[in-house]
Amino acid sequence: MGWIGKSVKRSDAKSKVMGAALYIDDYGYEGMLHAATVRSPYPRARIKKIDFSQAQKVPGFVRGITAKDVPGKNLWPLVMHDYPFLAEREAKFAGEAVALVAAESLQAARDAAAATRLLLEELPCVTDPLQALKKSAPRVYGRDNVFARYVVKKGDVAKGFEEADAVAEGIFTTGYQMQAYLETQGMIAFPESHGGVTLYGSMQCPYYVHDAVAAALGIAYNKVRVVQRSTGGGFGGKEDMPALVGTHAALAAVLTGRPVKLIYDRREDFISMSRRHPSWTQLRYGAKRDGALTACQAKFILDAGAYATLSPIVLWRGTVHAAGPYRIPHVLIESCAAATHKAPCGAFRGFGQPQSAFAHESLIDELALKLDMDPLDFRLKNALRVGDETATGQKLGESCGMVDALEEVRDASDWKKKRADYPAWKSGGARRRGIGVAANYYGVSLGARGRYLDRAAAQVQIQPDGTVMVAIGNTEIGQGARTVISQIAAESLNAPYEHIQVLETDTSRVPDSGPTVASRTTLMSGNAVLNACEPLRRRIFETAQEMLKKKGGAETPMSASDGKFSVAAAEVGFAEVARECYLRKLKMAEQGWYSAPPTSFDTETGQGDAYVTYAYSANVAEVEVDAETGETKVTKVTSAHDIGKVINPNAAEGQIEGGIVQALGYAFIEEIIEREGQVVNPNFTDYILPASADAPEFKTILLEHPYPAGPYGAKGLAESPIIGPAPAALNALRHACGVRLSHIPAMPEAIWKAVKHGDQKKQ
Amino acid sequence: MKPSNKGRKSAVAAIKVQDGWMTVETTVNGARQSWKIRPDDFLLDALRREGFKGAKKGCETGDCGSCAVLLDGKAVASCLLLAAQSQDREITTIEGLGTPSEPHPLQEAFVDTGGIQCGFCIPGMILSAKALLDRTPSPTEAEIRRALDGVLCRCTGYVKQVQAVKLAAERKK
Repeated sequence: MGWIGKSVKRSDAKSKVMGAALYIDDYGYEGMLHAATVRSPYPRARIKKIDFSQAQKVPGFVRGITAKDVPGKNLWPLVMHDYPFLAEREAKFAGEAVALVAAESLQAARDAAAATRLLLEELPCVTDPLQALKKSAPRVYGRDNVFARYVVKKGDVAKGFEEADAVAEGIFTTGYQMQAYLETQGMIAFPESHGGVTLYGSMQCPYYVHDAVAAALGIAYNKVRVVQRSTGGGFGGKEDMPALVGTHAALAAVLTGRPVKLIYDRREDFISMSRRHPSWTQLRYGAKRDGALTACQAKFILDAGAYATLSPIVLWRGTVHAAGPYRIPHVLIESCAAATHKAPCGAFRGFGQPQSAFAHESLIDELALKLDMDPLDFRLKNALRVGDETATGQKLGESCGMVDALEEVRDASDWKKKRADYPAWKSGGARRRGIGVAANYYGVSLGARGRYLDRAAAQVQIQPDGTVMVAIGNTEIGQGARTVISQIAAESLNAPYEHIQVLETDTSRVPDSGPTVASRTTLMSGNAVLNACEPLRRRIFETAQEMLKKKGGAETPMSASDGKFSVAAAEVGFAEVARECYLRKLKMAEQGWYSAPPTSFDTETGQGDAYVTYAYSANVAEVEVDAETGETKVTKVTSAHDIGKVINPNAAEGQIEGGIVQALGYAFIEEIIEREGQVVNPNFTDYILPASADAPEFKTILLEHPYPAGPYGAKGLAESPIIGPAPAALNALRHACGVRLSHIPAMPEAIWKAVKHGDQKKQ
Repeated sequence: MKPSNKGRKSAVAAIKVQDGWMTVETTVNGARQSWKIRPDDFLLDALRREGFKGAKKGCETGDCGSCAVLLDGKAVASCLLLAAQSQDREITTIEGLGTPSEPHPLQEAFVDTGGIQCGFCIPGMILSAKALLDRTPSPTEAEIRRALDGVLCRCTGYVKQVQAVKLAAERKK
């Protein structure tokens, strides 16, 4: 293979280092207005009146917009259809959009939004998810404040615990985490003469924007066009949310008849956009004396916020994976997403799995200690292998690298020696060292709960000069989609990689390809591109063969590599062949399509083939803890990933390194402080992100257990790296100090207290 | 290297103000500029308005570093400086570093090591690295990490960016 498995340079790198890549706020147009959003300051309030009279006095004010102005349906068509684009009678979280203003400048728009008077009546609210599930709680959603419930039931869990010689149990909780993409949300909407609208902006999922805008404006789909611009990070935060931002911009554009730019500032992005769900997990594992797991029982609750958005799907993914990547005969997992009067939580890299994995990987360590087994050996003993069944009863027929990943991190990290040596490490005074491990698996793409969306389209066009334009329905959000897709197209066509141009994603060019989420782009768009390339490849290869024949090289078999076609006596380049194809009037553009293989999930039992395939990861983290301050430094992470065939090793490493740093932020420093429904620290001054000095040393290991249905055997990668490092680091802290921190982020104060308490108990 | 403040107050004081507007004379990427600004305009907004879009707005609180530019060779958060403070000073933005055919060694190195994902932090990252290499041509890894510490990257884990600065330093020798 020529282009597959090669660390080619990113196709968008040059424009980004030159500062030439344009993000949505870098665009401006003649006659363009700016919009700003008026938000409710209370967790729950009845809206009595929205008064623009003071706003109108702001020079440059153009108009105010409320729910009454929404021409179509004021409900976002996303999963549960419960979120109004603009709150009408009741606002359900502090930061919810109640009105919009459009003005001649950004400053005027913000001034006018500030001058808009909301007459609100504060109502009783509930902000704690466990309280929200009580009968007496104020109502957020439906009759019981539950957006979704799932159960996964395999075997007989009571029997499983009877068979167990050792049982470990615990309650684990996790806090919020912000996606903290560096580019805030932003959109520009253009009103079109046909009554429709075109949107440009920062997003992961243009087709979600398309759905929302058509619904809000009450117009046909063929009057809406959505184009993605260079996007400054997403991590799930630009999955569904840009549909809300885009709809607001579209409303303002259509109602004023002028282009409208809507860019969020960091504060409003923090208070109103999605974030990772806080979680509460009660978990129990049982195992035989020899270490074989017999049972797993879990109650898994997510704090979903005021509207469902993607919570039912996030919950489902977290639930399906909640028993961990292990062979367990008896499983019972019950889960629910609770509605609270806070900003809706939604998609964030890992999508419910970092929460459930923090619980299962912490408790697996505790059970290993009870059994007096090495935690890595304990995991190896129970790790899923080809032929095993997952918690949902899915038999893994192929491509399962869990054991491989665990063995690789064990050897590469020098696990055995460090595990034995670190407890006695004393050279640092109050400093202590520990090493910990975590294992996880990740169902690639949408799985059974999202199967109707699990398809993708592509368009490939070979130009007369031998360059190639590729359009896909998934987006480049920094993960390297364009580069990987270019490599796949180049490989299939035997075109030079540099000849491939992957275009900005545009809903008018490629039909609905589902979202750019769930580590699905390489798999789904990659296969769609291969499907489009197939007939083109045939034409190119046949033409090349005939050209070589004419040059006198008929007898020898043709070889094709690096954009050249050759026999012993002659050679032609891809560009020449493309030109010849045009002269022969061959069709040089094709549409491609891929739909995912079937998946299944029985909602009564939670049994079925939940995902088409899984990626597997193991992480070993090493920490140094200052027992006197609680300060914890992760010094090294060794991380192994089975992702099927690796298309671009350098890009894959980048995904893993970045995912690990996000995970360590989640584990130790990123904390949203929420009091009575208000975010106290909605900025990067008080919500701390890991910086270059915080990053540990990395050792990344790529493992290839090919997935036959993937493009060249590829699976998916982007999310798996954020799942394991947090529990691995907390397990290392357990090893270093002998204490179990059951909540993340584990801030220094909590660590200090736990260590002090643990030391006193020992004495 | 701290830029000298000598004479700076008088430079700002000398700016003419008329009807709430002031005219600032500054140098951006070697070219003399005359900007009509409001006294409360931030440098970042002025730069972006004048077409230097490589400076990005990520937080407006001086925390993320996406807006970093060089002011008399020192990396600064342009979202926290008033545009008026650039009077008679030299600003370098990412647009002034290299051209597509002749990129700066840092720009080349960031491409070569794969230090780029979404790209939003990259102008600030490269300019911060330039400020370091201009005063410390052979930095240690710790020095590199300290120099990049003011620029947040949410994508990469910083590994390949640190490698890029090392590579550029080696190539410059």
